[in-house]
Amino acid sequence: MGTLATTTQPERVETSMLPIRDEEFGYREARHLLWRAGFGGTDEQIRTLAGWGPKKAVDFILDYDDIPFEDDSPTAFDHNIMRARTREENLALRRAQQAGDENTLSKFREMRQSAQRDDRRQMREIRHWWLTRMIQTPRPLEEKMTLFWHGHFATSYRTIEDSYHMYQQNRMLRGLALGNFRDLLLAIIRDPAMLRYLNNNQNRKDAPNENLAREIMELFSLGEGNYSERDIREGARALTGFTYRDDAFFYNDRQHDEGSKRVLGVYGNIDGDGFVNAIIRSPHCAPFICAKLYKFFVKEIPTDTKALEGAERTVVRSLSQTMEQARFEIKPVLRKLLLSRHFYDPSVMGNKIKSPVELVVGAVRSLNTPVRNLTTVARAIDTMGQSLFLPPSVKGWDGGRAWINTSTLFTRQNTLVYLLTGELAQNNTRFVDRTPYDPRLLVSCMNDPRIEGDPPDELIANQVMDFVLGRRPYGAAEQLLSASYKVDRPASSSGIRTMLLLTTSMPEYQLC
Amino acid sequence: MNLHNDPSNAKAYTRRAFIQNSALLASAALTVPAFIQSSALAMPRPEQGLASIPGVDEDHILVIIQLSGGNDGLNTVVPYRDDAYYRLRPSIGIRPDGLHILSRNGSNGAVDLGLNNAMTGIRELYDQGQCAIVQGVGYPNPNRSHFASMDIWHTGELSGTGDGWVGRYVDAQCCGYGKGESGTPDGSLDKQVEPPIAIGNEAPLMLTGRNMMPVSFESAELFAWAGRKYSEDIVEEHRKLTDMINERVEHEKDSNNAFLLRTAMDARVSSDTIRRAVSEKPLVNYPNSNLAGQLSMIGAMIRAGLKTRVYYASHGSFDTHANQPGNHARLLGQFASAVQAFQNDLRAQGNDTRVLTIAFSEFGRRVGQNASNGTDHGTAAPMFMFGPNVRGGFHSKHPSLTSLDAGDLKYTCDFRSVYAEILDSWLSTSSKDVLEGQFKHLRVLNT
Repeated sequence: MGTLATTTQPERVETSMLPIRDEEFGYREARHLLWRAGFGGTDEQIRTLAGWGPKKAVDFILDYDDIPFEDDSPTAFDHNIMRARTREENLALRRAQQAGDENTLSKFREMRQSAQRDDRRQMREIRHWWLTRMIQTPRPLEEKMTLFWHGHFATSYRTIEDSYHMYQQNRMLRGLALGNFRDLLLAIIRDPAMLRYLNNNQNRKDAPNENLAREIMELFSLGEGNYSERDIREGARALTGFTYRDDAFFYNDRQHDEGSKRVLGVYGNIDGDGFVNAIIRSPHCAPFICAKLYKFFVKEIPTDTKALEGAERTVVRSLSQTMEQARFEIKPVLRKLLLSRHFYDPSVMGNKIKSPVELVVGAVRSLNTPVRNLTTVARAIDTMGQSLFLPPSVKGWDGGRAWINTSTLFTRQNTLVYLLTGELAQNNTRFVDRTPYDPRLLVSCMNDPRIEGDPPDELIANQVMDFVLGRRPYGAAEQLLSASYKVDRPASSSGIRTMLLLTTSMPEYQLC
Repeated sequence: MNLHNDPSNAKAYTRRAFIQNSALLASAALTVPAFIQSSALAMPRPEQGLASIPGVDEDHILVIIQLSGGNDGLNTVVPYRDDAYYRLRPSIGIRPDGLHILSRNGSNGAVDLGLNNAMTGIRELYDQGQCAIVQGVGYPNPNRSHFASMDIWHTGELSGTGDGWVGRYVDAQCCGYGKGESGTPDGSLDKQVEPPIAIGNEAPLMLTGRNMMPVSFESAELFAWAGRKYSEDIVEEHRKLTDMINERVEHEKDSNNAFLLRTAMDARVSSDTIRRAVSEKPLVNYPNSNLAGQLSMIGAMIRAGLKTRVYYASHGSFDTHANQPGNHARLLGQFASAVQAFQNDLRAQGNDTRVLTIAFSEFGRRVGQNASNGTDHGTAAPMFMFGPNVRGGFHSKHPSLTSLDAGDLKYTCDFRSVYAEILDSWLSTSSKDVLEGQFKHLRVLNT
């Protein structure tokens, strides 16, 4: 156990979607599964999963409903901060406006500003709540899929300015995370945050707003080029009257266009649900969603499914068939993917750039570091370009190489420095954190009763790299040990911590 | 097994037997990566007011400001004598008394136009002949998606695919590399060229070439490895691990790993130079806005004599679908005051003649306002170009407000004409190679 052969590029990429065999599923494969379908794992968790074999391991990760985890109550956050003005308040406001009553008007302004301040604070709390949940959950795939849908149905607090709506959407996405894609679409056209974000609350019979209809097809379900401008216009009409009141969906039948529409080849008095059904019936829907899942779980590919070639084309096509056969249930698609031989091909493993959330949550979970200051950690994730609840646009995050540039690379390295040591890049010692951290348990030879005394240096360094990087870059062991000796013996707590500092600063650590 | 992770409850380490292991390893062989010569930033001595190098324009610098979100051209440069403007914008149209009415001095037979009142700084540059406004810039078959249209502007390609047009220019400089998509490295050049620098933590597609990646830089203290705070001694190993890259990418030159190794190398090499540059206090005061902060750092890098030829800043969001007037004016005010301070800084440094600053947005907005006191995504819009080397005033024609294309302006100037002139006349590169096509110059630049 523990030897990872040097990677050489295979001549052919494995395209088989047949399940990987038990004997092919070892430490590397289990580590890969834990990273991709979750946020990595400790050495002990990797070994346990490897011992179980692929079938049991994948079932354990997928069937997370069987794992008890206390749900946060929906009353954990205040839904009233950004409530709409009452009838009385509106009346008073209008009277003040007419009378030019500056005193009352400024009181209203202050009320509004104070509510916005409170709401921004609550948004921070919600971000921290989710981050903590990702760090602690015994069901990592549930949070990973929630993160996937958050990037897919990207909605930004910047436009919404209602933290509770963002929270509601997050819970909705989590509840349906491994459910049925049609249910997700039906829920998203009833989701107050999304309705607001894409202006569907302004989509009225006599003044249609096409924003939601367009993005549903372009970004959420079919992909550009797989629908017409007419489908957008008529789809928008189908969605008229789909709005919200306070925190709930509201169907305003007076604003709904009852006329006949033709959307994606379906004709009739279609409403929002009919629009969703027409989308689900389109042959472009399953390939589009499967390509997005592939991009999230396997590797970067073009979003245009027609541009796919070779192994990716074969695999996405096979997944789409599974999705269509399963009537848009997502779990069978993921089961097929996570078990497939393709998923464990050497060209797939260790060649995906971690998203900022994966990097940070994964570091805490696998290296067992303290979280230290959650605000500091959450800000670092923002700086790396992935502000939760604030995606840059309705397109979500580009991902892949777009995460990496000289600036974010330093932030990534320095966040690991903070988690491992409590030291900050900023010249501000106020937030430096001295929580102790002992990493010796992470290295299996350090806990091997058969080894007398300190394990050999090389063995420690190699096990650190196998576990932390999943590979042993050329010449790296010498540097790790050299640095370690400048601080303490390699087998000491600070020796291993030094090795972790350097290992996580290596470009290879950005991959999973 | 339970995957639950409780960071506050990490198990205690119990192993007790520690035996001193004294085997110190010989230091590892160091390899100097092959491309360090081409990717390393030059580190010239900082010189005050570095003068132009006589006879060549090798020292020309291009600063690009992206106005993100789709700037409403019609409320930036306002055709206040056109009735159609007020008819189509009954509540957000700006009356002449809310405008900087521009004099015809230096103008090119332009229609009567005024600048949004918030843009005092740019009005002053205009009056000094240091602001050129290219009207009606756009492209055929306009795309109204932010992303798609931004990609078109960034690539200089109507398909919006491929590398960035500035990235291709940098590639052409360093490696004799033609157009990104179809070009092949001919290996005829192996020059040391500095990567473009983008302020912020993103790498704009426009600056990204096949060979060259931009350096993205957000602030000085964050632009260095913090492991030194734990132990200064191990910085040496960190450096070696970053530099030993050839062996590590041997079999996978195009892999994500190779990409990461190259970026890590760029980061390490540029860290020292840039941090030193921006630690200097600027010669003029900048206003307090994000864009002003970005431009002041660019000013500092120019002043320090970095050989970087392209810098990138961004400002926004201009996506004013609702309640446009106040928000739009605030953004334009920040834009104008930041650009003015930047030009003053460059003049104080004696570097103003070396620098051309341009501003663009992915599209303008529809001519008619919407029901929410805002405007939706449209088409053509003005571009701004600043500096002593522009021919101040208006260029190209203002698009008609009555002859519209389904409610949208028809562009009067292809954006690639502007790129072509910058490439040919300012950066001394063949625009025909970089843009793979010939585009007529507007002669905005004094050359």
